[in-house]
Amino acid sequence: MSTVALKPATMAQALTRALRDAMAADPAVHVMGEDVGTLGGVFRVTDGLAKEFGEDRCTDTPLAEAGILGTAVGMAMYGLRPVVEMQFDAFAYPAFEQLVSHVAKMRNRTRGKMPLPLTIRIPYGGGIGGVEHHSDSSEAYYMATPGLHVVTPATVADAYGLLRAAIASDDPVVFLEPKRLYWSKDSWNPDEPQTVEPIGRAVVRRTGRSATLITYGPSVPVCLEAAEAARAEGWDLEVVDLRSLVPFDDETVCASVRRTGRAVVVHESGGFGGPGGEIAARVTERCFHYLEAPVLRVAGFDVPYPPPMLERHHLPGVDRILDAVARLQWEAESR
Amino acid sequence: MTVMEQRGAYRPSPPPAWQPRTDPAPLLPDAEPHRVLGTEAAAKADPELLRRLYAQAVLGRRYNTQATALTKQGRLAVYPSSTGQEACEIAAALALQEQDWLFPSYRDTLAVVARGVDPVETLTLLRGDWHTGYDPYEHRVAPLSTPLATQLPHAVGLAHAARLKGDDVVALAMVGDGGTSEGDFHEALNFAAVWHAPVVFLVQNNGFAISVPLAKQTAAPSLAHKAVGYGMPGRLVDGNDAAAVHEVLTDAVRHAREGGGPTLVEAVTYRIDAHTNADDATRYRGAAEVEAWRDHDPVQLLERELTGRGLIGEDEIAAVREEAETMAARLRERMNQDPVLDPMDLFAHVYAEPTSQLREQQALLRAELEAEAEEGTAR
Ligand SMILES: Cc1ncc(C[n+]2csc(CCOP(=O)(O)OP(=O)(O)O)c2C)c(N)n1
Ligand SMILES: [Mg+2]
Repeated sequence: MSTVALKPATMAQALTRALRDAMAADPAVHVMGEDVGTLGGVFRVTDGLAKEFGEDRCTDTPLAEAGILGTAVGMAMYGLRPVVEMQFDAFAYPAFEQLVSHVAKMRNRTRGKMPLPLTIRIPYGGGIGGVEHHSDSSEAYYMATPGLHVVTPATVADAYGLLRAAIASDDPVVFLEPKRLYWSKDSWNPDEPQTVEPIGRAVVRRTGRSATLITYGPSVPVCLEAAEAARAEGWDLEVVDLRSLVPFDDETVCASVRRTGRAVVVHESGGFGGPGGEIAARVTERCFHYLEAPVLRVAGFDVPYPPPMLERHHLPGVDRILDAVARLQWEAESR
Repeated sequence: MTVMEQRGAYRPSPPPAWQPRTDPAPLLPDAEPHRVLGTEAAAKADPELLRRLYAQAVLGRRYNTQATALTKQGRLAVYPSSTGQEACEIAAALALQEQDWLFPSYRDTLAVVARGVDPVETLTLLRGDWHTGYDPYEHRVAPLSTPLATQLPHAVGLAHAARLKGDDVVALAMVGDGGTSEGDFHEALNFAAVWHAPVVFLVQNNGFAISVPLAKQTAAPSLAHKAVGYGMPGRLVDGNDAAAVHEVLTDAVRHAREGGGPTLVEAVTYRIDAHTNADDATRYRGAAEVEAWRDHDPVQLLERELTGRGLIGEDEIAAVREEAETMAARLRERMNQDPVLDPMDLFAHVYAEPTSQLREQQALLRAELEAEAEEGTAR
């Protein structure tokens, strides 16, 4: 097996590598979806897998998302470990019934007899100039469904480590891939020994003492940029990358907020009924006496995903994050 | 040159000769539902099989009446009866070999029991206990599926996986006439045909989806005809003729096992009881229609055939009925015992390991239960 080791590699390449390593390690792992075989997926994440492992292991299915996930359920029932690719966020919706009524419930309804080790990869989020239905942030739907794990990487290394963990998990994992970061690169080196990241642990991406930005997926780099810019204002911001929305790492999040005393949740998904409401409530319930200001949210507007020419106004950007930070009741303090 | 000019200049060549990719003729169902009982074909049927089907049908009927009675006694929350459909239910179970898989819909508890699953374990869902009382892997029976037709793609995936592993496994999936309108029915049949999966789809066309008659469900010539569009054979069978259903299903299972791919079987039958005990069928159908179907009763058809041909005696019939009574008494007795559920189990199987959030909720419930228990002892 020879990958031309591009140094540094992109997130998409790290995902490919994770799939390949998982398939090589376990013959039960099967990749399936629309265009994942010959083409290698519209984002090329499954590139080369059909060639290396054969079309029975990396299968171009008929174009039907409920059918893809429904048959994957049956395959998992028989002991396989299917990794399903949904082509885009909004095109996962036809599979929603299978996801909610079966994938999420099978272990529970069979009293643990029939777990479904399934990974559902979904490219999500905006910022790529995609036309309608190609930029949704649908994580709130999945988070609201008990029985699913919901994971999303923000770095190239996590893309590898979390996908390996998702495939190895005996529970169904909705694996949300921030499509705008597919081409991002960082110091991840495919030639070095790879680590599998545990699902359910957040990480502090940047330490700081003024306030905590709680974020995930595509908003992590934006928050890091905001934190850099905030230095000019005299704020030293901490950035927590959740990585896993379910299970939620209360411990890491609350430890950070208790240190800083202030928090802003940042995500692309709409604010109303979005993940930020749950996160703000959790933080407030647990850290109330440490808080100097209400927990604020910077989210996408509560509008259907806008046309590409307007998306920059919709997506949480550095300025909107800094404006929120400015509203964290600093009056009484010297920063 | 502009696009419009190009268009004007464009002269398409004639398309290459077109051929259907599959010859539809052999896939077409017969015009009339296949029948065995009361026809010449019955003479060739194995008497032992007929007796077995009869015994199972009598047991099945008794199971249905007993389960319905349990709803009246408050021992079952709800029961979707398969009275009138016993031929399909038992034939589905008997057509399978041990290593095969059954994918039942919510109405098919009789098929599940006929496959060997304990009836009390089968009925947990309907008595308000946990959803699946049996271990699906013990008898290779998937959980009863309430969201209509959603079990069909599971059957396809399982059969496909088994074939990839080189195992000799056929999956038989059951669905109602109403369920054939669901998208999952379409997707499952399409995947099965494309993958050439060893699956048999059994549609019990019992005339109704709750209150809605078949005429409002489809404009297809028959439900079996739908098979042709997917490239698999469609078979039409008299769903009240247990010998015919058994024969058609056994053929379809063999065909799948031998690598022939999937088959769609439409069994024409009738739901004698209301949709469930909670339904009032007089709002949408007349008594005359029900009476007409009672004359074509699956248990009677078998009994008539066997007695008419002297294949069964009074004693044997009495013994079969007695066995059914014993089964019913035993079921009644066992269902009269209240199941004991542990509230802490709520959190046990949501994930392999409970999340920290679930552990907190677990602690909350435990404290509530302890407080309740303390109050109980204090009183
Ligand atoms: C997806 C879905 N929609 C609606 C229902 C509610 N429902 C339960 S049974 C039923 C009718 C089913 O008719 P049919 O498929 O013919 O099966 P039968 O009841 O006749 O066995 C309906 C509408 C359901 N269970 N699942
Ligand atoms: Mg029906």
